[in-house]
Amino acid sequence: MIRPVPWVAPALFLLCLAPAVELAHGLYTNALGPNPLETLTRDTGKWTLRFLLLTLTISPLIRLFQWQFLLRYRRLLGLIAFQYGTIHLTTYLWFDQFFDWAEIWLDILERPFITAGMSAFVMLVPLALTSSRWAQRVMGQAWKRLHRLIYVSAFAGLLHYFWLTRADFLEPAIYAILFALLMLARIRRTTTVSAGES
Amino acid sequence: MLIRTPRASDEKEFAVTPRKLYQQRRQFMKQCAAGAAWATAGWLLPSESSASLIPSNPKRSPYSTTEEWTDKQAATHYNNFYELGYGKTDPSRRAHMLITEPWTVTVEGHCEKPGTYSVEDLIRSEEIEERIYRLRCVEAWSMVIPWLGVSLGSVLKRLQPTSQARYVAFQTIMDPENLPGQRRDVLDWPYVEGLRIDEAMHPLTLLTVGMYGKVLPNQNGAPIRIVVPWKYGFKSIKSIVRIRFVEEQPPTAWNRATPHEYGFYSNVNPTVRHPRWSQRRERRIGEFGKRPTLMFNGYEEEVASLYAGMDLSKYF
Ligand code: HEM
Repeated sequence: MIRPVPWVAPALFLLCLAPAVELAHGLYTNALGPNPLETLTRDTGKWTLRFLLLTLTISPLIRLFQWQFLLRYRRLLGLIAFQYGTIHLTTYLWFDQFFDWAEIWLDILERPFITAGMSAFVMLVPLALTSSRWAQRVMGQAWKRLHRLIYVSAFAGLLHYFWLTRADFLEPAIYAILFALLMLARIRRTTTVSAGES
Repeated sequence: MLIRTPRASDEKEFAVTPRKLYQQRRQFMKQCAAGAAWATAGWLLPSESSASLIPSNPKRSPYSTTEEWTDKQAATHYNNFYELGYGKTDPSRRAHMLITEPWTVTVEGHCEKPGTYSVEDLIRSEEIEERIYRLRCVEAWSMVIPWLGVSLGSVLKRLQPTSQARYVAFQTIMDPENLPGQRRDVLDWPYVEGLRIDEAMHPLTLLTVGMYGKVLPNQNGAPIRIVVPWKYGFKSIKSIVRIRFVEEQPPTAWNRATPHEYGFYSNVNPTVRHPRWSQRRERRIGEFGKRPTLMFNGYEEEVASLYAGMDLSKYF
């Protein structure tokens, strides 16, 4: 067992915040291009997806390399994903819709990509709320089951990305392949475990 | 608003010269020049560069809006020009990859004057006007751009379309060796667009060679493009190499890619729901808030009659 290094978690936290700081700085210095609000929405969307996938990488790494110490950082990564998702949603509600709730509701109903994005975000809310060690302890097996929602959320996030893409599907395809690999790692484990048990 | 019906004399301003004739004439001139002092030959020949087309003091147009121009930096660095890349900043970064010299436009189909033309064959410097138009992208952003060009109709008329010419089809340059965007099948290359003949002949439709008082930057569709201000931006096809007069409605690039999202007409219309972007509002680039999108992008008075009796939610 590798001993916890005290400064790693805060350092990781700051590193994860770097994109947000850079975006805020870019916004302030007008360095986000001719349509800064679009840049903000798109970049935060991408970071949400990236952090969701990063969060999903932890368990396979632990299993493959017995890097138990990584477990400590999974919650942080998940919460960072939620944080970028919250900023992403806020930029949409504010700069796209200016809190016109009727229009937003219509958008959720009418536009498949918004429906998917919204579903992806809504699923993250209970996960963020039950992310504490305390909730994990109290909920036991139910916690595990509930937190499998992250798979569905990431999948909905990918759908969202595919459905909003006009023509160039290269980048969403790369994320989709990463997601598929991460899911495959889990399925393979389940089958090998059950094979070993029988 | 004033609609100038083109006078019959417009057609006779000058006859367009097919490329072959033009080249023969140049050859002849060259020979004459060779006989004369070589030093004078240079300026006897017409310049090839379309930069020389741009008049220093272009005519103003009654069609111009008085709205504030979009910052030139934004209009030249926030572009959709998939031939040069699929991101908004790719076209300006890779502008040099579009080779614009030499450039010819092939005119074919149902017309009396088919042939291969240079940009200078099609457009004369004296005719060029400045037209300040609103540009509305289907992605719900807009700009105000001072274009330099001539009414497409005046040029098409000189090519003498026949009665069979019911549509005009346009094609962008196809050059996958140099244009990185064309090396992947994100669209069915080359980019094609089309207009109904009355849309093409409408005085608002501009055959464009410049913007902001200068020759068109490559990323904005050099050396020659059209601008159709009442339609979503993708209808205003860039870097045109082929104009064809046809009888049937021609295929168009985005319609081919996603037919339920992009119709042949693609008139700016805030009431037609689009599966991707609400078209009710738009962000004028450079502004924080959004403004309501206007029917036909604010050119309703000029163009609504083109679509009289048509169900615009069906012919979107
Ligand atoms: C977990 C949740 C979400 C993820 C992973 C996610 C991810 C993404 C990604 C990857 C992009 C594309 C970025 C790009 O093309 O550069 C994007 C764009 C966008 N997302 Fe999300 N998103 C999520 C939730 C939402 C929600 C809840 C909304 C609004 C209700 C939303 C609205 C948008 C909009 C409006 C765009 C820009 C579309 C465009 O520019 O055409 N997203 N998102």
